[in-house]
Amino acid sequence: MDDVILRVEGITKTFPGVKALDNVSFDIRPGEVHALVGESGAGKSTLMKALAGLHKPDSGQIIYQGAPTEVAGPLDARQKGILLIHQELSLSPELSVAENIYLGAWPTNRFGVLKKRELRRNASAALEALGCGFDPDVRVGTLSVAMQQMVEIARAEAFNANVVIFDEPTASLTDTEKDQLFHTIRGLKARGVGIVYISHKMDEIFDITDRITVLRDGQVQGTVDTAETDLNQVTRMMIGRTLDSYFVKAKPEFGEEVLRVEGLSNQGLFSDVSFSIREGEVLGLYGLVGAGRSEVVETVFGVRKADGGKIFWKSGEIDLPTPRQSIDMGMALVPESRKEQGLVLMMGGRENTSLPHLDLFSDRSVMNRSKELTTFDKYRSALSIKTTGPDQAVSQLSGGNQQKFVLAKWLCADPKLIILDEPTRGIDVGSKSAIHELIADLAEQGLAVIVISSEMPEVLGVSHRVLAMSEGAVVAEFEGDDMTEENLIDAVSHHRGEAAA
Amino acid sequence: MGQTINGLLRRHGLILAFLVFLGGVALNAEAFLTPGNILDVLRQVSITGMMALGVTFVVLTGRLDLSVGSMLTLLTVIVVDQHNIVGPFPAIVMTLLAGLAVGAINGLLVGFVKLNALIVTLAMLSFLQGLVLFYSGGSNVNVSNAQDTWFGVFGRGDFLGLPVPVVLFFVSAVIAGLVLQFTTFGRRVYGVGGNETASIFSGIDARWTVFWAYVVSGLTTGVAAVIMGSRVMGAQNTIGQGYELTVLAGVILGGTSLLGGSGSIWRTVIGISMLGFIQNGLLLLGFPYYVQWLVTWAVIIIAVWIDLGAKRGRIFA
Amino acid sequence: MSLATNNQAATPLQSVLGWLLRNHIWVFLALTVIVFSVSSPYFLTVNNIGNILTQGAFIGILAIGMTLVMIDGEIDLSVGAVLALASALAIGLQDHMGVWPAVFLGLMSGAALGFVNGTLVALSGMHSFIVTLGGLIGIRGLVFVYSGENALMVPDFSYTEIPEIYFGPISLTAILFFALALFFQWVLSSTRHGRETYAVGDNIEAAHDAGINVKRHKIINFTICGTLAAVCGILLSMRLGTAEPNAGKIWELWTIIAVVLGGTRLQGGFGSMWMTIGGVLTLAVLRNGLRLLNTPNYVELMVMGGVLIMALVLDKLLNHKGDT
Repeated sequence: MDDVILRVEGITKTFPGVKALDNVSFDIRPGEVHALVGESGAGKSTLMKALAGLHKPDSGQIIYQGAPTEVAGPLDARQKGILLIHQELSLSPELSVAENIYLGAWPTNRFGVLKKRELRRNASAALEALGCGFDPDVRVGTLSVAMQQMVEIARAEAFNANVVIFDEPTASLTDTEKDQLFHTIRGLKARGVGIVYISHKMDEIFDITDRITVLRDGQVQGTVDTAETDLNQVTRMMIGRTLDSYFVKAKPEFGEEVLRVEGLSNQGLFSDVSFSIREGEVLGLYGLVGAGRSEVVETVFGVRKADGGKIFWKSGEIDLPTPRQSIDMGMALVPESRKEQGLVLMMGGRENTSLPHLDLFSDRSVMNRSKELTTFDKYRSALSIKTTGPDQAVSQLSGGNQQKFVLAKWLCADPKLIILDEPTRGIDVGSKSAIHELIADLAEQGLAVIVISSEMPEVLGVSHRVLAMSEGAVVAEFEGDDMTEENLIDAVSHHRGEAAA
Repeated sequence: MGQTINGLLRRHGLILAFLVFLGGVALNAEAFLTPGNILDVLRQVSITGMMALGVTFVVLTGRLDLSVGSMLTLLTVIVVDQHNIVGPFPAIVMTLLAGLAVGAINGLLVGFVKLNALIVTLAMLSFLQGLVLFYSGGSNVNVSNAQDTWFGVFGRGDFLGLPVPVVLFFVSAVIAGLVLQFTTFGRRVYGVGGNETASIFSGIDARWTVFWAYVVSGLTTGVAAVIMGSRVMGAQNTIGQGYELTVLAGVILGGTSLLGGSGSIWRTVIGISMLGFIQNGLLLLGFPYYVQWLVTWAVIIIAVWIDLGAKRGRIFA
Repeated sequence: MSLATNNQAATPLQSVLGWLLRNHIWVFLALTVIVFSVSSPYFLTVNNIGNILTQGAFIGILAIGMTLVMIDGEIDLSVGAVLALASALAIGLQDHMGVWPAVFLGLMSGAALGFVNGTLVALSGMHSFIVTLGGLIGIRGLVFVYSGENALMVPDFSYTEIPEIYFGPISLTAILFFALALFFQWVLSSTRHGRETYAVGDNIEAAHDAGINVKRHKIINFTICGTLAAVCGILLSMRLGTAEPNAGKIWELWTIIAVVLGGTRLQGGFGSMWMTIGGVLTLAVLRNGLRLLNTPNYVELMVMGGVLIMALVLDKLLNHKGDT
């Protein structure tokens, strides 16, 4: 056949209630970096897991090195030469680098005794091939995230992988580390490894990839050569609309100042952060992962304790509040991880909604169930939440519906300020726009809204004003005509350049 | 269909199995299901049951309390001993306060200092046992006027035809159940146990919630000690030894999850009662007392396995 | 462009401090030894040290198995009951089959029970706390069923002389403990199974995805733990010449205390036999020292509780600064 390592043909995979992959076909050539893009829920994760043997497709085939193959599991995938590098690294912190690289495949003698010298030698060779010089006997737990990622990539060398799949590899990397990663990727490419690169960071994709396959709602929308396409075309394939018609912005009518932060610092996370926001305003907070945005809002809200700085609420200075105090004053924080921070999964919608406001829903410490039910019903219809009843465990709901309950729980107490941390991450397109519209509605009702987003189009689309953060500091603020992608990217990278110098 | 059976099994399988067991024993031992015997069993169960009520609060927050056995010993010794010194009423007050205090210490270490609950309460188990020996000087204590004192009502009295311990247990269980289901505290307990981080993000102070859960545990153990002391009218300094196992077994058997956030008082009541009836039933069938331990082992494994299996949809992990 | 390895160039002082932070039990041990040496003239005698080692060896052997299981992220509450059963069988069966076959069966009973625990945990997915809690209760029942309510006595008292071999002041029992501890430390650091123990405890998904058979692995560790508990029980029976049905009650507690004191973590993925040896010795020194000072019974219990809590607090403080 032609020059293809891995070809996927007509793969379909259905989970209860969801068709994750629908007749997907694509291929990977040796020495190419092939991007897989799509919104959250588009099917990238499922496809990847099917390749790596974590899911079995319901139909279709995988043709590897010319022959139809079944990948039985992660171990089988590795043995065949397909390596998946997860976002959550698959490493054991207490074991050494060498032991991690060869996890599950340690050289031993007849009695199970580790052949340490051989292990170390092999590990060193793999690391060197990648251009890394660190000691293979060091415990992986002591390494930085970037170095840990290298350990995982070293498995590609160690097991002579022909296909390496990267899932959001730069999520926790600094710029320098990202450059190092790309250098490594180019090295793998030069050796004929086929690379699948999954990311939502379009600038990286246009930087390093050769082809782009776009998934939407489990179907392949198209495969294009990177050099022959542009952001708009790809975005259009991803969401079915162009960027411009995507977002809704609230009418810019502002009232009094609601929150002002001066010189806020939290050691190791961010320093000297200052900003303010008025009623009716949508303030965007843009930055790459690791910039410190979530940490800033968590500190303002009180989940984290600040080391220094002042917070002013409605022009009166307040002591650094606890979450309880913030909530009682009228602050609301919709956190980044809805499953870990936003909801109690085993509780139903009713109980989750009332959780931050137990005093509002009780009478001298006795819970008022009918009030809870009324509120539940109100938000169920207002936000169109699909659930079978007030007590259906929210764990059973889709991501979009879960996020709606997180919103309900904060909105039901009429907050003055609501902070949304990556509110549309991992949500289907329909729910995404619903949330954008909601943001605009809330602002028009007079709330102050802070939106944290790593998606530039989104943050530019919904905000009246945007703060750019990088490595723990606010580096720029843009308004009106200055709110452009070029300015944002410039602000973020420019600061990094300064810091390194 | 499979899912419905699963669901049924989960929620009622426990009770069904229990009823089958009751039936089986009743067929073979006439004395088993007589009112006299049932009340007897409930009277026994009321002590471990009281303790289990408090422990349920702790387990619901995702923690453990292994100190309740030693606590029972200490508090029973205190109430019996102080009965002779300051009189029954002050003795009872002291005992309850002591229970609250021990609970508060546990709550401080686990809730505020955030130490591991298993180890802390194990350490407490040891510490309190030492404290008992210190207090009692190694000798047993007895109530001096066992026949005359009104103190006897707690362990030996009757109220409207039912033994007082049983009434106390029942009333306490109802109160505990109402607190858990209908108060803000109860909601916080379930929240912290279900997802502590999300609860913190919702403005709940998890530290205090855990703290008060342990205080409740101390309180219920204090009440249990009053009942115990009143019934036995004396206390050896090992009187409560091993009770923490029975209590924990009862809570687990009832289906409250050790991970927190899921479970209830009625489950605990059923779990602990089951253990009591198993013990009694086996004795009536003529088995020596230690056979009940074997049966308890089997019952715990089977009950929890079924519950877990139903929850995840398949038998094996 | 090669990555900087800035965590390699630690000064010798930093390395020593780092090591001490991770292995703080030795500081603890040193302190307790010093305190008791100063408080009692009988403490630091050769004889007494021999005693300490022998006394500590029993919990020590239990602690070895417990350490393996704990690094896996599990726990075994049934060790006290298992040792009682092994003890009872080792003595009770002697009339039927002679000393060594009885001892062998006692040993096998521990292995079998450990195997049962491990299999239940692996197959059912239940937490080992619950499974071994059941075992703690139920196996004690087995002991009583076998031996009744009275202690069993060995038919021939020369049985008690078996462990009475000394190398200087150090008994065979103590040597057995150290030998087993060193052997299993070697297993933990140099064999596939031992390294897998860390992997399973550390990041079970990663271990599973890498092809490690987690179920079989856990069954092996529980079986080892049960076998070691049986060893302890047999040694106990040899020491006493009797097997009491209540033997080993609460011993699982002391075992957990010793292991956690040493520094191994309940959550799994972290620990070593060195730490456990340190914890076992510290526990033994504490108990011995308190006894030598003629402190009443209660002091020992209260001190143990207090020391354990202090150790936890210390570990918490240190690990907010050190690596996680």
